[in-house]
Amino acid sequence: MNALEITGVSKYYGDYPALRDVGFAVEPGTTVALLGRNGAGKTTLLRIIAGLSKPTEGTVKIHGSDTRLEITRRKIGVLGHGISLYDELSAIENLILFGRLYDLENPRKRAEEWLERTGLARVRDGLVREFSRGMRQRLAVARAFLHEPEVLLFDEPFTALDDRAIAVLQTLLRDAHYAGRTIVMSTHQLREALEIATHVTLIQRGRVAYAGVRQQEMVDDPGWLYRTYGEG
Amino acid sequence: MIRFLRQCYTITAKDLRSELRTKEALNASLAFSLVILVLFSFAFDPSTDQFHDFSGGFLWLVFAFAGTLILNRSFARELQNDCLDALVASPVPAAALFLGKAVANLLLLMAIEFVSLLAFAFFYQVNWTTHAPSLLLVMALGTWALTVIGTVFSALTVNLRLRELMLPTLVYPLLIPALMAAILLTTDLLSGTPLGGDNLIWVKLLVAFDVIFTAVALAMMDTVLVG
Repeated sequence: MNALEITGVSKYYGDYPALRDVGFAVEPGTTVALLGRNGAGKTTLLRIIAGLSKPTEGTVKIHGSDTRLEITRRKIGVLGHGISLYDELSAIENLILFGRLYDLENPRKRAEEWLERTGLARVRDGLVREFSRGMRQRLAVARAFLHEPEVLLFDEPFTALDDRAIAVLQTLLRDAHYAGRTIVMSTHQLREALEIATHVTLIQRGRVAYAGVRQQEMVDDPGWLYRTYGEG
Repeated sequence: MIRFLRQCYTITAKDLRSELRTKEALNASLAFSLVILVLFSFAFDPSTDQFHDFSGGFLWLVFAFAGTLILNRSFARELQNDCLDALVASPVPAAALFLGKAVANLLLLMAIEFVSLLAFAFFYQVNWTTHAPSLLLVMALGTWALTVIGTVFSALTVNLRLRELMLPTLVYPLLIPALMAAILLTTDLLSGTPLGGDNLIWVKLLVAFDVIFTAVALAMMDTVLVG
């Protein structure tokens, strides 16, 4: 069974087609770099996959189930544009909160483990609003990984990260890949993404221009993909 | 069911903790209701019979306006850092999210209303203790009506630029039956008339309003949040 199966997905905002008949499948354990220019429809597609928005047409299945089912949402970890953390709560309170929402057995223990892994154990009781941008991003990464999801959906995960946060995220993504998790990440940072990705999907004006394995040419020359399959 | 209630409790506890740390909505709501009560105490003569006739209406006007200040923040709080996305993407059912937030709003509103009631009794020399349990019951039923409608519309208007304006515009017309019942019952209770007999129909109306709108809200919350 595919980890992710997208069939004939279209999304219209009024008359504007953000996505048109998008379809591709992702096998378990695959890391997909979702590429495309600004406004191509990457974020819209990721939001639909995450169950945050409904497609106008088409279906999205994760491990064969609808994305809005509770059992499916347990399997998904989402990191969007925002950090999705509460400024007025401390780092550990935020992680415990999400641990409880995901019904983890021992949310506090899991929260402490992830604070340790992201290098934030020292500031566990500090309020998020007092954190630097890099620390907030690392905590957001910990939140997304906290429940050890089978499918990770990341929207521009490397944007605005400091060097340490990029290193932490790359390590975690590699670990997740080796652990057999499925990763779909949209990004403009081609080099970072293509280093990790096993597959590439290029979205061009709401349509899939390329969906397949990552080729060596893409790593050697990130512009090659746009020149060959895109509009230059 | 236990998991559902636990998820509701987690959301309620989170909302209360957030609000008690920032006190954004609490301070605004409390200040608003106290200012209104103080200002109108200069405008009216509390000893007149006429005042007793509209005391319930006046009190619920304060509750309703102060309430929207709390309700406006309910989902707007989730916009910061895109927290709403994380909640909607989590396995928490939309109904549990709604119920958790509604209970947090109810507790905050009841706290504001109780302080306002004490201030009202002080400034307007009203004895509210004669039928205190009945009055608190009416306040709870009326406040739950305000909370249910307000929480649903707080979610619906959360992405609107003019949500502070839209929320009361949408909430008050729908609340008219519940507010009418709460006003009439509160006026009766403050005038010394106990619950029972003629005014029992208004209690039934309030209960029916609460049950129907809670059921509708629980059923439609996923559509409200995801579309």
